[in-house]
Amino acid sequence: MSDDVFIIGLAQHKFGRFPEKDSLDMASEIAMAALADAGMTMADIDVMGCGSLLEAGSGQRILHQIGATGIPVYNVTNACATGANAVRVAYMEIKAGISQVGLAVGFEKMGKSGLLGLAAKVAGADKKVWAPAGRTGSVMPTEGVLGSGMMPAVFAEIAMEYANNNDGVGFEQFAKVAEKSHAHSVLNPYSQYRKAFSLEEVMNAEVIAWPNTLPMCGPTGDGAAAVVIVSGEKLKTLPDDVRKRAVKISASVMTSDPWTAGGQAGPDVNTCTRMAADKAYEMAGVDPQDLDLVELHDCFATAELVHYDNLRLCEPGMAGKFIDERGPWRDGKIPVNVSGGLVSKGHPLGCTGVANLVEVGMHLRGEAGDRQIPDAKVGLTHVIGLGSTCAIHILEKVS
Amino acid sequence: MADYEKLRPEITPLHEPFWDSVKRHQVELQRCDSCGAFRFIPTELCRCGSAASTWTPIAGTGEVYTYTVVHRAPTPAYQAEAPYVIAHVTVDEGPRMISVVVGCDPTDVHIGMPVTLVYEDVAPDLTLYKFTPAG
Ligand SMILES: [Zn+2]
Repeated sequence: MSDDVFIIGLAQHKFGRFPEKDSLDMASEIAMAALADAGMTMADIDVMGCGSLLEAGSGQRILHQIGATGIPVYNVTNACATGANAVRVAYMEIKAGISQVGLAVGFEKMGKSGLLGLAAKVAGADKKVWAPAGRTGSVMPTEGVLGSGMMPAVFAEIAMEYANNNDGVGFEQFAKVAEKSHAHSVLNPYSQYRKAFSLEEVMNAEVIAWPNTLPMCGPTGDGAAAVVIVSGEKLKTLPDDVRKRAVKISASVMTSDPWTAGGQAGPDVNTCTRMAADKAYEMAGVDPQDLDLVELHDCFATAELVHYDNLRLCEPGMAGKFIDERGPWRDGKIPVNVSGGLVSKGHPLGCTGVANLVEVGMHLRGEAGDRQIPDAKVGLTHVIGLGSTCAIHILEKVS
Repeated sequence: MADYEKLRPEITPLHEPFWDSVKRHQVELQRCDSCGAFRFIPTELCRCGSAASTWTPIAGTGEVYTYTVVHRAPTPAYQAEAPYVIAHVTVDEGPRMISVVVGCDPTDVHIGMPVTLVYEDVAPDLTLYKFTPAG
């Protein structure tokens, strides 16, 4: 088995809606940018992981644009965890000693398809049959026929469960999460939206599924992101300026949702996140309190709050207090989603799990511009794919 | 009965006994012949590993485990009824079932609220199960 794995090249496209741009062109442009950042070309790459949900199987088509060298290409889909899976297949080849250098690309072109997790269901309405497929996926074959099963409702139910089981959590705490993320997005030029909302604006906005109001829901959009990763052995052979900007992948963990008592009525995003977090902290030898920043899967603001607890960023049951005390703000105890998060930066499904590695990587390199978290050394990325999957990566600055 | 404008369940062989029982206004869930546990949604195997199960009537009582109030619904037909409550209900036999809560103001619903099953024949060939406040 190989030693550590490092990110040496990264790039992301601004998230948003780019009807004039072809999706493969976007992905190719960003893959080329990540290669250039690493000082490499496709001739150096041993393996590719490519993640896209709506255009699954596109890896080779990207290579035909940027350099088809005959390398193995893994096209992966895994709901909203697709991008993280693209990174992980390349990571595993390097860990296994099969490859030395990998390229992972995640991209998605969703256009203006409406609110996250709502439009796909409407598409199924043509047939007047509840279709368990659809890009956000469905968990229960029996759900949906009652007007349930939309993502804003699913994550509202998860929120109400947490609020009921823990003190000091209510509508205001969930709204504060969105207030924070939107404020962060103003500093991020890659963010789809860069508009601050006051707490009152978040709370007085249209209710989608209580307690999720419109600014607490992620938008759909287009995006692309890519990373170049190498083995430690390979890194030693690379120029100084590449080595100095390398970011170590200290943990790469994936879990699926295990059976839990009564847990069959809706997706359980908590248990798989807790399992993955514990394993990742152990693998990296990192304590949650060591984290300088976290990019977690806030497809809805309500999801972010429960993940403060699931990822052990706060004391057990104290996620409400954590946001009340501004813990996840950029100047707080553990900054969370300084990119603006999915609710503001956007959530181009297959891209998200690569883009959050790029975001944290930029901070660890000290290259995050206006939104830079000063002196960031350790960061964590987290994605959830419903069904369910959790993928967590812990990244560390190489001193 | 007007044409049913909402989504219909995709009824697979595995799910058919469930929907048939809903149609008879007496929900039945699979009960494991080996360990006695009820389960929902329908699955081939019990948690204990046994494939043998018997569709068994449930009492139809339970309590709200979690819920949301949907304001923006998936299609116009559902939107006409918004705001409405979607709840996960833990039935007395153990499993959790997801459905709407009818027969009360959405703001009256709370976690822990006792509810009972009710049935609605929405089309000649389709009956739905819903929950309503108990008592
Ligand atoms: Zn059993």
